[in-house]
Amino acid sequence: MRFSDVARFAWRSLTAYRSRTLLIVLAMAIGVAAVVVLTSLGEGARVYVRNQFMSLGTNLVVIIPGRAETFGGSGGMMSGRTPRDLTLDDALALRRLRGVKRVVPLNLVSGEVSWNGRRRDVPVAGSTDDLLHLWDLHLAVGEFLPAQDPRRATSVCVIGWRVREELFGARSALGELLRIGDRRFRVIGVLKQQGEFLGLDIDELTVIPVASAQALFNLHSLLRVAMEAGGREDVPAVKDGALRLLRERHQGESDVTVITEDAVAGAFDRVLVALTLALGGIASISLAVAGILIMNVMLIAVAQRTSEIGLLKAIGASAEQIRAVFVTEAALLSAVGGIAGSLLGQLGSWAVRRAYPTLPAFAPAWAAVAALVLAIVTGIAFCVLPARRAAQLDPASALARR
Amino acid sequence: MIALTEVRREFRVGDDDVHALRGVSLDIAAGEYASIMGPSGSGKSTLLNIIGLLDRPSSGSYQLDGEDVTSLDDLRAAQVRREKIGFVFQFFHLVPRLTAAENVELPLMLAGVAPGERAAKVDGLLREFGIARRARHRPDQLSGGERQRVAIARAMVMQPAAILADEPTGNLDQNTGKEVLHLLEELNARGVALILVTHDPQLGGRARRQIRMVDGEIQSDSGASS
Repeated sequence: MRFSDVARFAWRSLTAYRSRTLLIVLAMAIGVAAVVVLTSLGEGARVYVRNQFMSLGTNLVVIIPGRAETFGGSGGMMSGRTPRDLTLDDALALRRLRGVKRVVPLNLVSGEVSWNGRRRDVPVAGSTDDLLHLWDLHLAVGEFLPAQDPRRATSVCVIGWRVREELFGARSALGELLRIGDRRFRVIGVLKQQGEFLGLDIDELTVIPVASAQALFNLHSLLRVAMEAGGREDVPAVKDGALRLLRERHQGESDVTVITEDAVAGAFDRVLVALTLALGGIASISLAVAGILIMNVMLIAVAQRTSEIGLLKAIGASAEQIRAVFVTEAALLSAVGGIAGSLLGQLGSWAVRRAYPTLPAFAPAWAAVAALVLAIVTGIAFCVLPARRAAQLDPASALARR
Repeated sequence: MIALTEVRREFRVGDDDVHALRGVSLDIAAGEYASIMGPSGSGKSTLLNIIGLLDRPSSGSYQLDGEDVTSLDDLRAAQVRREKIGFVFQFFHLVPRLTAAENVELPLMLAGVAPGERAAKVDGLLREFGIARRARHRPDQLSGGERQRVAIARAMVMQPAAILADEPTGNLDQNTGKEVLHLLEELNARGVALILVTHDPQLGGRARRQIRMVDGEIQSDSGASS
């Protein structure tokens, strides 16, 4: 029997039992669509997070005081040892490294800000003018910290959107003197409303020069130093250079942790790939359900078409050919269902992208292909039993039935 | 052509052994016209199924065209059925979703004959049997007589050596039945062996050779000497 004939014969029986075929195709399609949409969500989340990292500047090297005992630990804080200070002078020394474009020292503490009797606890960041680019901050009015020697403790501050709103209400904050701790700072800029950035609410933030922050809160060590390398290829050299320089400055002790953005992004990436796989795996359960449905329907088909099978045997069909017909039927069913499901899934992820424009929910190619292949394989696997039952039917008794 | 020797066939139904055939020996020559008659349960259908390789004897042997076909494997048995035997049934057994032409085409398709060649053969047979203009109709759009003609065309399309007909007129009115029988006899006249199973003595009486079965045994055989 020619393959084209087997396919045509199977196709004819699919089109003959239309509602049965439609239901199975629907079940398969929903299964495949679920895989496509869920993996596109996972992949969308992954790409979204990666883009967030990209917006940090791709060539970031971050230095944290204290030595990480294990990868991903947060330096000395976790190991229980008091880390040696990472000072502003260290940061300034790092500026002279080759391949470094920017060095941004950072302190972050919680402080009380007040104006005209209104007070509020907010995160206070001590940094330099370069923080503007590093965190991709945008000003609503005024200007950011002045470009000056980081060791100068100027009394100026830039406040977040909500800080301005809650302390000054409808009034303009520019030029006003804001009390932070026991010092007064002149407000020189207000940030645009921009929500959270890496878990920090920018709208609540108050930014002052790093030297002012250290003096104000009596800090000796920086929270961290972010360095931006000139290019992606400079990152390893900058990382090694920073480690070597700080070891020299710290009496030969390697007591800082250097995190490259790649490592952090890579960790997130792995987590989200795992998430995507898990989502795809969960969705695959619906494929298995569809497979069982196919088996059920094929078993019914075999029972319904007993006399037809008997006839086919009588006119010379071998068990092999009968099996081929039923398996082809199941394969066609699941292929049509799979293709319909892929289209449905693409439509679904398109809808997700419409609803959440920031989430690039595109199903990864491997998931789309795997869902289709899995659908067909499931369909065929679950048809083995019905097809075998059909092939083993005794023709004499099959024909005796009406 | 057909040579059965001491063929027995037993079934188990529940706890009982049913002896459908109790040692049947039968020779049928090429081109012969034989009827097998008997009351229901006499084993005539079982005998026909064994001759048609749809069933296997429990013991005894069966030679078809000099080849021992008693215990062929599935593939070879299917091939023998396809090439040497045509079946005609009481209930036609047409595939309901296929057209008349496609039903006739089925054995050729199973044999892997090229589509062009198939169409020519099918067209020729349908024209010969006077149902060419019904070729594109599905079975439920055909009359009983037309359905049986399609079924006979399907049985003939591989040019078999023998046609096995099990109550071919059982589901037809008398006139149509007669026409169908004439068609079968005409084919026999052209050299195809015709083995007709019926419980109707009038129909069976038309055959040159008449075999009567009772209780799984041949009671009488008008042509046993041949």
